[in-house]
Amino acid sequence: MIEVRNLTKRYGELTAVSNISFTAEKGQILGFLGPNGAGKTTTMRIITGFMPATSGTVKIAGYDIFEDSYECRRRIGYLPESPPLYNDMTVLAYLRFVGRIRGIPKAELNDAVDRVLRSCGLEDVPHRVIGHLSKGYRQRVGLAQAMIHSPSVLVLDEPTIGLDPRQIIDIRTLIKELAADRTVILSTHILPEVSQLCDKVVIINQGRIVVEDMLENLTRDTTLEQVFLRYISQDTAVPSGATEGTA
Amino acid sequence: MKNALTIAGKELRSAFVSPIAYVVLTGFMLLGGWFFFNLLNRFNFLVQIYMSFRNPEVQMRLNLNELVVAPLLGNLSVVLIILVPVITMRSFAEEKRAGTYELLLTSPLSIAEIVIGKFLGVVAFLIIMLSLTAVYPAILLIYGNPEPGIIAAGYLGLFLLAVAFATVGLLTSSFTDNQIVAAVSCLIVLLLLYVISWPAETAGPTLAAVLRYLSLTEHFSEMVKGVIETKDLIYFGSVITLALYLTHRSVESVRWR
Repeated sequence: MIEVRNLTKRYGELTAVSNISFTAEKGQILGFLGPNGAGKTTTMRIITGFMPATSGTVKIAGYDIFEDSYECRRRIGYLPESPPLYNDMTVLAYLRFVGRIRGIPKAELNDAVDRVLRSCGLEDVPHRVIGHLSKGYRQRVGLAQAMIHSPSVLVLDEPTIGLDPRQIIDIRTLIKELAADRTVILSTHILPEVSQLCDKVVIINQGRIVVEDMLENLTRDTTLEQVFLRYISQDTAVPSGATEGTA
Repeated sequence: MKNALTIAGKELRSAFVSPIAYVVLTGFMLLGGWFFFNLLNRFNFLVQIYMSFRNPEVQMRLNLNELVVAPLLGNLSVVLIILVPVITMRSFAEEKRAGTYELLLTSPLSIAEIVIGKFLGVVAFLIIMLSLTAVYPAILLIYGNPEPGIIAAGYLGLFLLAVAFATVGLLTSSFTDNQIVAAVSCLIVLLLLYVISWPAETAGPTLAAVLRYLSLTEHFSEMVKGVIETKDLIYFGSVITLALYLTHRSVESVRWR
């Protein structure tokens, strides 16, 4: 479903992502982990077609993100790090706008909007102006826009950030449900979230992939925390001693 | 095209949700009213003086089009130089700052649809803005007898000028995520285009012709006189097309298609 091959992105001198490859299948939730600045957001921006890679390819459902950008973008729902919201719109107007630019036919638009309002718990606020909403609601509006067109690939950059525990549980259940017939890439710093949700784990550090494996293989005889710390400290000097201590 | 209209609708709506639209429209009407009042006052004054000469021929030469409508449109065009950058500064810069640029560029939209949508949104706003000032010529038509054709040509000129200004504003807004930078650089470009023909008087004939041709004002003032010439229409058409094309390239530079 998603096939990333030999992807490299340089910003001038700085190499943000270096020769990374991984795949995610239909029905899988892929947890994308790594310390801040490891290249997670850059990778997601390339996968969603927001920016081009310096070299390498990304294929979404068989379409190349560079050659068939349009076909890829039709199939992707993307929640960036900060939800892309128009603060002066109401929730309803915003979702209708997003639905239209994502190509939902007029006849199905109302149903699609109702569906995401319900599934993201926004039924109480459709007429509120987005700029006046709390962080949790804003995050949920961001999620709603990502899935309004029922995309076959969902790319979520820290989807549960800013939510209260109850909402986190709801959203995790929702993501789990959604993943049944699509592919989800989920970046997060919350490791228990990965243990609960994900089928596959990719850990990226300093622009390189250090692990790509199924969650069950990784956590067979250790916890995900320890796996994470072991791999990200392999080629960084600082926390390696600490890791060994806790292991 | 449907997508472009969706974006245009969003642009227009967000303009009227923010206070910018109301400040701009109120300011434009206020200044327009002040110009109109003073021009009309002066016209009245001239009529009274000429009447005291008891020379009907001189009196006939007083013309509402020349003495009221033309200077009114000329003054409004100067106000547009300052106000249009304020209208267009948000278009791309605000999307970048708010992160909604990612939403637009990762949606199945072509860049042309985004640019044309933004363009149509601004054009719709300008139509609203200019039609509000139609009240002044309407008053003249009710109480006097100006030439309606010349007024229409003048308004067409003002509209084309405003649209050309707006495309420059879209271009500068696409360069930056800072609205102030977008507005100021647009203002500077527009002022430059306004005064670019100044050296024409002392320059050689070729250079003078080039400078005059580049000047937005020269083309506009011809239309205010009631002369619609193909070369002026082509000029405005090429400024608009060029600026939109460059905006397209500037947006496209973020990603490959």
